[in-house]
Amino acid sequence: MARYFTDEHEWIDLEGDTATVGITDFAQGQLGDIVFVELPEVGTMVEKGKDAAVVESVKAASDVYAPLSGEVVEVNDGLEDDPALVNSSPEEDGWFFKMTVSDKSELEGLMDDKAYKSFCDGL
Amino acid sequence: MSEENETIDEVQTLPLDAWHRRKGARMVPFAGYEMPIQYEGIVAEHNWTREQAGLFDVSHMGQLMVTGENAAEELEKLLPGAIASLKPGRTRYSLLMAEDGGILDDLMVTNATPWIEGDEEEGTEGHWGEQAFYLVVNGAMKWDDIAHLREHLDDDVTLTHMEDHALVALQGPNAATALNRVMRNVIDDLVFMDSVCHDFGEWPLRITRSGYTGEDGFEISIPAEHAESLCNRLCAEIEVRPIGLGARDSLRLEAGLPLYGHDITEETDPVSADLLFALTKKRREEGGWMGHEAVAKVLAEGPAQKRVGLEIEGRMPAREGALVYSGDKQVGRVTSGGFSPTLQRPIAMAYIDTALTEEGTELEVEVRKKRLPAKVASMPFVPNRYYRGK
Repeated sequence: MARYFTDEHEWIDLEGDTATVGITDFAQGQLGDIVFVELPEVGTMVEKGKDAAVVESVKAASDVYAPLSGEVVEVNDGLEDDPALVNSSPEEDGWFFKMTVSDKSELEGLMDDKAYKSFCDGL
Repeated sequence: MSEENETIDEVQTLPLDAWHRRKGARMVPFAGYEMPIQYEGIVAEHNWTREQAGLFDVSHMGQLMVTGENAAEELEKLLPGAIASLKPGRTRYSLLMAEDGGILDDLMVTNATPWIEGDEEEGTEGHWGEQAFYLVVNGAMKWDDIAHLREHLDDDVTLTHMEDHALVALQGPNAATALNRVMRNVIDDLVFMDSVCHDFGEWPLRITRSGYTGEDGFEISIPAEHAESLCNRLCAEIEVRPIGLGARDSLRLEAGLPLYGHDITEETDPVSADLLFALTKKRREEGGWMGHEAVAKVLAEGPAQKRVGLEIEGRMPAREGALVYSGDKQVGRVTSGGFSPTLQRPIAMAYIDTALTEEGTELEVEVRKKRLPAKVASMPFVPNRYYRGK
């Protein structure tokens, strides 16, 4: 399984043709206390770089963009009852949704663990 | 009261800037200054203030002193509240009014007239000195306020901008306990909206029992050079932690207190804003203040819309700008909203068509094309706990 990162602070775990998407620890730290996550509906076609979800912290709402194009096949229902999972376990239990990957070439240009870390250090 | 985030070319720093950074604050530009938005996290800071005591730096706000023999009379031309009958050492919430009935700013005004001690040897008796009124206005509005006051106050009245002073607020159910431990017997006789000058060692302080959280608490004005020492002294108490602007906003929203630039503006009048308590009854009728004619008209005819609270179902917050509906008809707009950490639900303030402002009225708020059920609620959302004496 390979993990990729975007410059919008999302992570993507790729298993076969399915990607699990969430926001990074850095992102949750910037957003602060998360009180609500609006997830896409299963079956939604999302497009790389377009709105896919919304994260509401106490102070503001922030868009989460689809890191790749494809169809949403599963969403994390656990976030409905406990949105703070995104704060406590952003890169594991606080995942957002799973999607099919329609075009693997979209993975090009995404960062690996090391590249993402130095990207954050440079901010 | 507080202010809007204005774009100002050069962001300035306040006396406690380095102190905030040492305390781990995340600094953001606000009202033209670098300000701490949060330290450990908004919800933790919010809850700490509701349970213990939070220390807020509000030095961006404008501290003004208006002095002169006719200071009260002159201020009454611009403020709709009774200033002449405000006793020395008492504070009142008031508004700076525009001619058209709009609100230029909201503010706190304290009668700061000094008591001059008598001198037995000289045979003089104690008496009140020259009239003085201490005003605290919103940071983002202070330059406009100063210009407005200078333009309209009589030349015999002196307006001093206390730029060399910092202002901090200690707020929460344990604020009094903590402050009492630091300065004994100073606040014993102080009730909500009382204000006193006190020399604490070499620090000349003005302590006012007021705030912007709905909790008991104090606002302390201090010469800027002593502000760090005061904050360190206060934070040495176990109950006290520094709190950022983020929690200040969620606390004031729960307390039902309007935020200038959002819930009240030049476009809103005090009647629609549900701030009639700031218009002393007698002055409401007699007038003699800027904007009276326009406000009297709204009073007589009734406002088209009114500022009310909304409790929103579910967990999705409705924020400023969200439209409010009754059926298919748009009946209002949210002016500030967010998630209430205390109530664990979204709350908002909105201007709603007056006919639909009765408590319990069921409405809908539109957020990202979804309709969220909402109910008109009485404010404060969280009961206030001002100290009004035993």
